[in-house]
Amino acid sequence: MLQLISLLMENKPGALMRVTGLLSARGYNIESLTVARTLDPELSRMSIVVDIEPSQRGQLIKQMNKLINVLQASDLTESPAVRRELVLLRVRATMQNRQAILKEAEIFGARAVDSSVEGFALEATGDPEKLDEFIGVMSAYGEIEVTRGGLVAVSLEAKKLKLAPPIQKEEGVLHNG
Amino acid sequence: MSGTLMNGAKIVLECLLREKVDCIFGYPGGVTLPLYDAMYDHSIRHILVRHEQNACFAAEGYARATGKVGVCCATSGPGATNLVTGLVDAMMDSIPVVAITGQVSTKLIGSDAFQEADTFGITRSCTKHNFLVKQLADLPQAIHEAFHIAATGRPGPVLVDIPKDVLQGQAHYQPVSAIHLPGYRVYTEGHAGQIRRAAQMIWDAKKPFVYAGGGILAAEASEELRAFVEAIDAPAVLTLMALGALPGSHPNFISMPGMHGSYAANLAMTECDLLIALGTRFDDRVTGRLSAFAPHAKVIHLDIDPAEISKNRNADLPIVGDAKRVLKKMIQALEETLEMRPKNAPARAAWRAQVAEWKREHPLEPEISADEIKPQHLVSEIDRLSGGEAIVASDVGQHQMWAAQLLRFNQPRLWINSGGLGSMGFGLPAAIGAQMARPDKLVFALVGDGGFQMSIPELATIANQGLPLKIVVMNNGHLGMVRQWQELFYNNRLSQVRLDSFPDVEKLAGAYGFTGRTVERPQELRAALEACVREPGPYLLNVRVSPFENVYPMVPAGAAINEMVLSAPQPVEVG
Ligand SMILES: Cc1ncc(C[n+]2csc(CCOP(=O)(O)OP(=O)(O)O)c2C)c(N)n1
Ligand SMILES: [Mg+2]
Repeated sequence: MLQLISLLMENKPGALMRVTGLLSARGYNIESLTVARTLDPELSRMSIVVDIEPSQRGQLIKQMNKLINVLQASDLTESPAVRRELVLLRVRATMQNRQAILKEAEIFGARAVDSSVEGFALEATGDPEKLDEFIGVMSAYGEIEVTRGGLVAVSLEAKKLKLAPPIQKEEGVLHNG
Repeated sequence: MSGTLMNGAKIVLECLLREKVDCIFGYPGGVTLPLYDAMYDHSIRHILVRHEQNACFAAEGYARATGKVGVCCATSGPGATNLVTGLVDAMMDSIPVVAITGQVSTKLIGSDAFQEADTFGITRSCTKHNFLVKQLADLPQAIHEAFHIAATGRPGPVLVDIPKDVLQGQAHYQPVSAIHLPGYRVYTEGHAGQIRRAAQMIWDAKKPFVYAGGGILAAEASEELRAFVEAIDAPAVLTLMALGALPGSHPNFISMPGMHGSYAANLAMTECDLLIALGTRFDDRVTGRLSAFAPHAKVIHLDIDPAEISKNRNADLPIVGDAKRVLKKMIQALEETLEMRPKNAPARAAWRAQVAEWKREHPLEPEISADEIKPQHLVSEIDRLSGGEAIVASDVGQHQMWAAQLLRFNQPRLWINSGGLGSMGFGLPAAIGAQMARPDKLVFALVGDGGFQMSIPELATIANQGLPLKIVVMNNGHLGMVRQWQELFYNNRLSQVRLDSFPDVEKLAGAYGFTGRTVERPQELRAALEACVREPGPYLLNVRVSPFENVYPMVPAGAAINEMVLSAPQPVEVG
């Protein structure tokens, strides 16, 4: 099944490798992965969709939480969350079907971001199923080329972020908490 | 600018001093020249090993013998890649090690420079965490963070990769006053409600059973374990990692469980109605076929690593915490509910009697013959000399299993072995690390004729450092453990398991300037071992043992742990 994971992590070199390494070490395939900085430039937010046995979901979240660079790993698969994906699509149009394509795009809330005699570049956002439909419909009009951005998600539940406090270094060794 | 002006290499050593490091195991090279130059007149002792893999194993031996962080050091490229087996070994057994590696200069990184390897990438999965320090300003922080991560929570190896220009750069060194790792949360206390419920479950049980692992050692919780076991008066097993966490002579202690565990341990584990798992991870070598493991038991699982809870076996009552602190609280909770103790007392007495009966039926006993030295005989003679007090660092194979079955340890941190990874070649360098850490102790390196030959170069280190190690080779002329599997499961088609051309140990040890000797006759064994121990310096004793002995009991791969082969030359039908 597909599991949706949201990660808040330190924006550091190698942090992404640690996350993907956890997945590849277990032979899980990543369906999509998006990552970008948060408001705090020292942190990034990552959304991952991974194909996994349902029984392994809890274990994977725990393993991710164990990574030193990960501040919080949450399983959004079944919890209230908004999920969106961006799709950029180029469709070849004829003089005859140009209008129909634009009309159809409008139904899906897509916008034309480029137009030429060959056709259009369209941009759409939505939940992935809706976008599947959109892509299906567009392919009926002519040759298409598609780039999907991967799922991004935001949880609708406020989850308390538990962080480790700084550790003072005294004379000798460091003291834990 | 305040602080003393010094180069990165000196800063590394200053940070190590602050971490109370007294000894580093390492091997120099091009990019670590600045570091070795700084060591030239520094108080920290450096032990020059003969291969970087052994630097890491020795650091592990040091850490396993003391609980302190072991430190190893290697150059870039081949030096760093040679550390990998040791790092994985430390990772699997949760041993605190800090590895410092040199890297090519920052401006050369990514250019396939001479002796460049992606150490940061290669060691990502073999460490608890790793650092590539590209700026001198970040160096002290990284070193202290590495020590903190290695030593706290579930311990493990941490690597710090430092480019040559960072080691050479000059900075005003100011001691770090605090470190901050916001994502590194360690839960030590244990949930009070869960601890109370645990006490309840323990008194409710008719056949309670304690299964304790390496986490007890990591938490220095042996005293608490003992008090806990005595408070509930339950039979207890210690995993391969935890031998010594209870004294070997403790009346509640059965033996190691699992693939080569005793009859009583495996039967009791199968029959218990409450399994109290403490700092242990339900390794497949312990559980056998998981679906048939402890089928009647409710499980209490205490571990500091939340990811271990319910990973292999579902925990009915999980407790995340430090074993020492939680066990103290558990003992307290048991005392507060002492009125519940009589409830199941008769059933529990019957249970203890049953386990004692199983112990009597099939005890772990050394076999002794007048014609040849049985491997078990050798182990029992080492045990006699040690009296439960010596450190025994073992290699991997049959000898390791016989040692785990038959040696008795009065204290933790005397038994040193590669459990999770099972790395041949571990025993000798680990013994070096242990002897460095505990110069006062009698230290045996008990190794097979196979594993010994993987670490022969370290004989030079031993001679060089004048370490009075007692190297005992259990020489069965074979890669014994593999031979055993070929005999039992591959129709005795012995393929590539004979170890001919074993060197003459008198000449070998002599070449390094110490004594070596071979014994073959059982009548000579005791005196030979005594002479070995009496020798003030190192000693290499090659003991020729019967070549075709198998380790029993044995749980075949895929079988349940109560489906043991006790001694039959052929495996019994399992089902
Ligand atoms: C580095 C490494 N290579 C291979 C193995 C597989 N292996 C496990 S036990 C064993 C035989 C060890 O032979 P020896 O050191 O003579 O010990 P014995 O079993 O005879 O006591 C081998 C090859 C291993 N554990 N580690
Ligand atoms: Mg052998």
